[in-house]
Amino acid sequence: MGIDGYIVEVETDIGNGIPGFEIVGLADVAVKESKERVKAAIRNSSFDFPVRRITVNLAPASKKKEGSSFDLPIALGILSATGQVDTREIEKYLFIGELSLDGKLKPVNGILPVAVCAMQQGVENLILPCDNAGEAAVVKGLNVLPARDLEEVVAHLNGWKRIERYTVDVDKLFENSINHDVDFSDVKGQESVKRALEVAASGGHNCLMIGSPGSGKTMLARRLATILPSLTFEEALEITKIHSIAGTLPPNTSLITTRPFRSPHHTISEAGLIGGGRYPKPGEISLAHYGVLFLDELPEFGKQTLEVLRQPLEDGMVTITRFNTTLTYPAKAMLICAANPCKCGYYLDPSRQCTCTPRQIQQYLGRLSGPLLDRIDMHIEVASVKFGELESNIASESSPVIRERVNRTRKIQLERYKGLGIYSNSQLQPSMIKKFCKLDKSGRELLEDAFEKLGLSARAHSRILKVSRTIADMEESEDIKAHHVAEAIHYRSLDRKLWFG
Amino acid sequence: MFEKLKYWIWMSSVPGMGAKKKYDLVNHFGDPVNIWNSSKRELMDVPFLTEENVNALLDRNKRSETMGIMDALYRNGIKAITIKDPEYPDCLRNIYDPPIVLYYKGRLEIRQLSIAVVGSRRATYYGKSVAERISAELAAYGINVVSGMARGIDSSAHRGALKGGGRTIGVMGCGLDIVYPPENKELAERITESGALVSEYVPGTAPLPANFPARNRIISGISQGVLVVEAGEKSGSLITVGYALEQGREVFAVPGNINSISSAGTNRLIKEGARLVTSAEDILEEFNLIDNLNQKKEGERVKTVQKSIFSALDEKERMIAECLLEGPMHIDLLVRQCKMEMQSLNTTLVMMELKGLVEMLPGKHYRLRI
Ligand SMILES: Nc1ncnc2c1ncn2[C@@H]1O[C@H](COP(=O)(O)OP(=O)(O)OP(=O)(O)O)[C@@H](O)[C@H]1O
Ligand SMILES: [Zn+2]
Repeated sequence: MGIDGYIVEVETDIGNGIPGFEIVGLADVAVKESKERVKAAIRNSSFDFPVRRITVNLAPASKKKEGSSFDLPIALGILSATGQVDTREIEKYLFIGELSLDGKLKPVNGILPVAVCAMQQGVENLILPCDNAGEAAVVKGLNVLPARDLEEVVAHLNGWKRIERYTVDVDKLFENSINHDVDFSDVKGQESVKRALEVAASGGHNCLMIGSPGSGKTMLARRLATILPSLTFEEALEITKIHSIAGTLPPNTSLITTRPFRSPHHTISEAGLIGGGRYPKPGEISLAHYGVLFLDELPEFGKQTLEVLRQPLEDGMVTITRFNTTLTYPAKAMLICAANPCKCGYYLDPSRQCTCTPRQIQQYLGRLSGPLLDRIDMHIEVASVKFGELESNIASESSPVIRERVNRTRKIQLERYKGLGIYSNSQLQPSMIKKFCKLDKSGRELLEDAFEKLGLSARAHSRILKVSRTIADMEESEDIKAHHVAEAIHYRSLDRKLWFG
Repeated sequence: MFEKLKYWIWMSSVPGMGAKKKYDLVNHFGDPVNIWNSSKRELMDVPFLTEENVNALLDRNKRSETMGIMDALYRNGIKAITIKDPEYPDCLRNIYDPPIVLYYKGRLEIRQLSIAVVGSRRATYYGKSVAERISAELAAYGINVVSGMARGIDSSAHRGALKGGGRTIGVMGCGLDIVYPPENKELAERITESGALVSEYVPGTAPLPANFPARNRIISGISQGVLVVEAGEKSGSLITVGYALEQGREVFAVPGNINSISSAGTNRLIKEGARLVTSAEDILEEFNLIDNLNQKKEGERVKTVQKSIFSALDEKERMIAECLLEGPMHIDLLVRQCKMEMQSLNTTLVMMELKGLVEMLPGKHYRLRI
């Protein structure tokens, strides 16, 4: 459940009595509707639909079945019970797919979890709709046999015409994925923001970007996903599973090999954000799993909406209770928020006119304080790049170059936190901070000085320590030195008196 | 002398009378001591005094408070100067309604040209940076910068003048024992080190809104010209312009974006004949000073500033400070001009902030604090 698949056995009984067609075994409405589709598909594929009493049982009966993916196995059940299909090898097969009335196979959501499960349970062959083949074929050790329609499936089983096995080259998929369609070098200027985002990526730190409309916050956030460490096969599989279930897998995609970037609008519902609903689906935070969840115009999001994000962000997963089942979806996303500096948006923009009073400015960002802001390690101020600079051709680093450095820094963290259940500095718990973020004397003095002179608020303390750990790691320095702390202080501008008075 | 001052202070603290009436009254009797000693009948004979005025003048309680005021002056390091003192600023003495007593902290001798730099309290970044820059330039030319210590343009003008290494005078609308607005405490202290804070109000007078328009006539009164940097259509700084014109002072204005409501007032002033100003030289020219004060001064200033603080800086800090001499700068521009790595610039800036050498403004602009 959640993002893991399970195998359902389809039992068919053809008996005497009043002709009829019954599906039992905790099936939902969509499953029951398959009766009509199966009947038509069998007839229109020039097979016989028996005029007898048909009972189909979906086992185990204790689990709820949803959707249209049982059409194919039910049709095959009827055909084998009436002797129209050779059943000698049928135990080695798993079938999935929706039938249209003319017998064509239509793609379904959630193929990848099913394929993974089939492989784990020792199933040899998976027959599925053509459009789902790429997705299933990334699972090693499983024969993926794509079919266009019911006739092709029957022809294969009866040995009339074998379906050819579908394969993909996973290594090649990864190679191609190195080329994102966006790149850090697209961003002109913004040197300080780029550095800040590299720090964020290196330690997995959640950020808040503050800047006027059009200053490039969305553009920058989108590119953050391109400098996060490269995905492993297991991570890619997990991401793809989620998108497979949610039906958000782009067509003809076998495996998602780039980190997702999700940017839900502020009008999104709670269920849309964290998952759930009548037919439970992963929410945006799970769709952003191992990638970036970008909340643009953060102050516009409802307080309640943001509140429900808190626990998933903490746990790295979402738990949804529905009827008497519990679903969990993974949700290890990096959170990037963006906000205008004030109501009118132009407080930081030297070339425009801010019409807000000092009190309004404080109130606006003041709304952000509280639980979600506590999950944010870094504050990044984004200024609009001047018109002339957008034209300039100063070369800047490309995403792969930056990602290479990020990979290196992350590796240091993976080593350090082996066996502790965390993988990056951003996840350090208070007790661990004491152990892993020790400052030398000059660092300690600097931090004390900063708290006093810059008026930093107390909540800044542990965030500064975590971020300075990352900055030290970027220099491959085991000790956290004064200059690492100094830079980390840079990224807490909202904690200063300057902003919140 | 001390005895005599008491009567002046008493006179300046009497409520219910404007500056003009007090000025006329002092002239009528020759000296406040004579007013103090007048009978009710003698006071009633003065044609411009109302019965309430006379009662206020005879009020024993008010009279007995005077020693307390003098005590407060002493405790707060506030000095008082009367209109009869030779050190009383001449230009102020000659306005229609000069204060009979001027209270001040710091050093008041005003011998050089004084220019008032004023504008909105709700100023934009543009306004504040221009106010600071032009005030710094004026100060570097040895000109006294006068303003009202308010938020926004006024504060920037004072800061700029200090940065330019010059003197500045802040005219307050409350007693000098009160710092208003409160966040200007440090600025107030720095102003009195070389220049002065000035007020016509006795200690203990609150910053009442009614005091500010009257305060503005002193700002223009002790200046030869008034520069309005940024003002909306209804800005209080336009009141100062009104006084300036009445007192025969020059009026200057900085142009703004024609779409900006914050510059509507200044743009209109220009349309109505105020001189358009884009740098301190435009003002010097108006006073025919451009030849006497040639550009050498600017160079000298930079050198003295450099000598005093730059010697204590390391190489990176010096590079940053040099860039910031031209005015506040965004961090991205700094990194290009200093040709430093971003991380090392980040680090150095925080270190400099902690040493009090630079200040971070919202939006990652940095400003030199000298
Ligand atoms: N530094 C930059 N380099 C190149 N292009 C830029 C830069 N900054 C902004 N742009 C351009 O301006 C457009 C607007 O940027 P973007 O939509 O990211 O702004 P934003 O800050 O997210 O605005 P909003 O407040 O609407 O979210 C971008 O699509 C991009 O074309
Ligand atoms: Zn605004």
